[in-house]
Amino acid sequence: MSYDPIDITLIGAKIALVFFVILTLAAYLVFAERKVLAWIQDRKGPNRVGPFGLLQPLADLIKLLTKEDFRPIGADKWLFYLAPAMAAIPAIMIFAVIPFGAPLTVFGHSVELQISDLNVGLLLFLALSSIAVYGVALGGWASNSKYALLGSIRGLAQLISYELSMGLSLVPVVMLARSFRLSDIVAAQSGCWFIVYQPLAFIIFLISIAAECKRIPFDLPEAEGELVAGFHTEYSGMRFGLFFVGEYINIIVLGGLAATFFLGGWHGPWLPPVIWFSGKVLAFAFLFIWMRGTLPRLRYDQLMHFGWKILTPLALVNILVTGWWLVLRG
Amino acid sequence: MKIFSDMTALMTGMWITWKHIFRRPVTIQYPEQRRQPYPRYRARIVLTRDPEGGERCVACQLCSAACPVDCISMQPAEGDGGRRYAEWFRINFARCIFCGLCAEACPTLAIQMTPDYEICTRDIMNLIYEKEDLLIDGCGKSADYNFYRHAGIAVTQPRGNGAEELPPVDVRGLMP
Amino acid sequence: METYLFYILAVVTVIGTILAITEKHPVHAIVHLVTSFFSLAAIFFLLAAPLIAMFEVIIYAGAVMVLFMFVIMMLDPGRTDQAGRPGLRQWLLPAILGVIILVSIGVLAAGYVTAPHTSSAITVREFAVTLFRKYGVAIEIISMQLLFAVVGALYLGRRRAP
Repeated sequence: MSYDPIDITLIGAKIALVFFVILTLAAYLVFAERKVLAWIQDRKGPNRVGPFGLLQPLADLIKLLTKEDFRPIGADKWLFYLAPAMAAIPAIMIFAVIPFGAPLTVFGHSVELQISDLNVGLLLFLALSSIAVYGVALGGWASNSKYALLGSIRGLAQLISYELSMGLSLVPVVMLARSFRLSDIVAAQSGCWFIVYQPLAFIIFLISIAAECKRIPFDLPEAEGELVAGFHTEYSGMRFGLFFVGEYINIIVLGGLAATFFLGGWHGPWLPPVIWFSGKVLAFAFLFIWMRGTLPRLRYDQLMHFGWKILTPLALVNILVTGWWLVLRG
Repeated sequence: MKIFSDMTALMTGMWITWKHIFRRPVTIQYPEQRRQPYPRYRARIVLTRDPEGGERCVACQLCSAACPVDCISMQPAEGDGGRRYAEWFRINFARCIFCGLCAEACPTLAIQMTPDYEICTRDIMNLIYEKEDLLIDGCGKSADYNFYRHAGIAVTQPRGNGAEELPPVDVRGLMP
Repeated sequence: METYLFYILAVVTVIGTILAITEKHPVHAIVHLVTSFFSLAAIFFLLAAPLIAMFEVIIYAGAVMVLFMFVIMMLDPGRTDQAGRPGLRQWLLPAILGVIILVSIGVLAAGYVTAPHTSSAITVREFAVTLFRKYGVAIEIISMQLLFAVVGALYLGRRRAP
């Protein structure tokens, strides 16, 4: 392996850029969520801090940073402190494999707008998304609180229910693109987006990622009405903030993945690729917020039933049909 | 097919929330935009005066008795000619629930509710209103009502001597 | 560079596994085991087998350990820190098996021939061809076995008439 200093600098710059953009976007997604929910409920939403309330995320950050870092009696110290990071880090790591724009040319170097073009990128996403549940499970368990424990048990049960259908819904995408590499998947959609060939897989994936980022109607692990705040009941200050921001990073990342797998990634007419990609991500984020403003929460057994008995068989049939179609087409 | 009706239900819900995004918010931006309450709104309590400028309150204690949270207290006193008045009158607004029972109980319409709801303060002791804080110069609602024009001030004849009045019961005489 | 990384990861894997065995608390043991799986996956990645690395994380760290954790949280294990360590009799059989494994590894290492170094990573296509063409029958037998397990689980979990 050769290490060209310019390449290393470019990779570092890309990582720094992605970190900055994602964290800022996540903070503003919180703000956007509060605003859109307020509009849905005929309210105005936060509008006090700065013009149109645009500095609200900053105020929230200062509040979270200055709050007391509280640890309940009987909590498992190490796991309690480790869990928020375990929830947030896998979410942001997934973004490493997402191509967010067409390759550029800088100083004679061709720069792909993607941090790491891994040949098993899709599997890395599945691996990291299944790791992310440890933050929920350990955080809830280490808190030594019954609500938190119930929340983390629900989180685990939810993961087992939706992860299979999420993985299976992506198999037709891989069959069409003939690669696990995300840049290949995007390149395969330069003509026609996969949502046209695979509407069913798209719907299954959409439902599964709603469950993955623990959003209404699948927000069982934190169900405010029943479990106070679920797995992060006992957290305060910036540790709670890490859970919270991790959730919104998850929305961005999963929206980016859905755009990459089914909506052609950065492909799109007239506008620059980066704009297309971020537009698609924000559209998914808006869809999630809109769903939160509309739908009620499912029950625990309903989700398990839905995941195992409806989504998984549907995804399997979809794989079979796609296989036949590919064979017949030759 | 059940699945189609279910999906229609989902889409209907999403469509309704979509429409609401573009509706005008019902929020009233409080410190800048103030809402004018109706005249019969029940907020800060005042003591009113009769049309001649005298205090209406006769310190009968009915408001104090009606008050469910016991936030009204007073000391009755008698002025010249048997005219009763409150020596001091105190309402603890920290306890008051603004139910309006005192205003209903008042026979002389002295104690009345006003629409002024902005009485918040940082020091709870500022919420204890004395008579000089409560007493206003106007007549409030029912401006032309004057209790003493109907009833007179002094008791003109001894008790039990009225036309259809029984003699007063000696409560101590009822002891077994 | 890769060699140093390999040794660091190997040490992490071994220590994580030892801690997972000796730890009395089941949840802590799971965390140690997941750490071990993770560094093992990184080692596979260094050995130019990214597919195996990803499956290691997805299946072992992501699915199996999550199920373990779910079960442990559902069934309260109680005061595990007061549990005694296994005695000599329980240690005997594992110790014999361990010695056998160690000896065979030693024998293998003694006759070690440097494998031809594959510069490129094994692609998904090669992996799939090997798995489904060369060992296709074995895969089918395993999948049949899993099907039996599913049917058995359905039979056990059926709703009985009251």
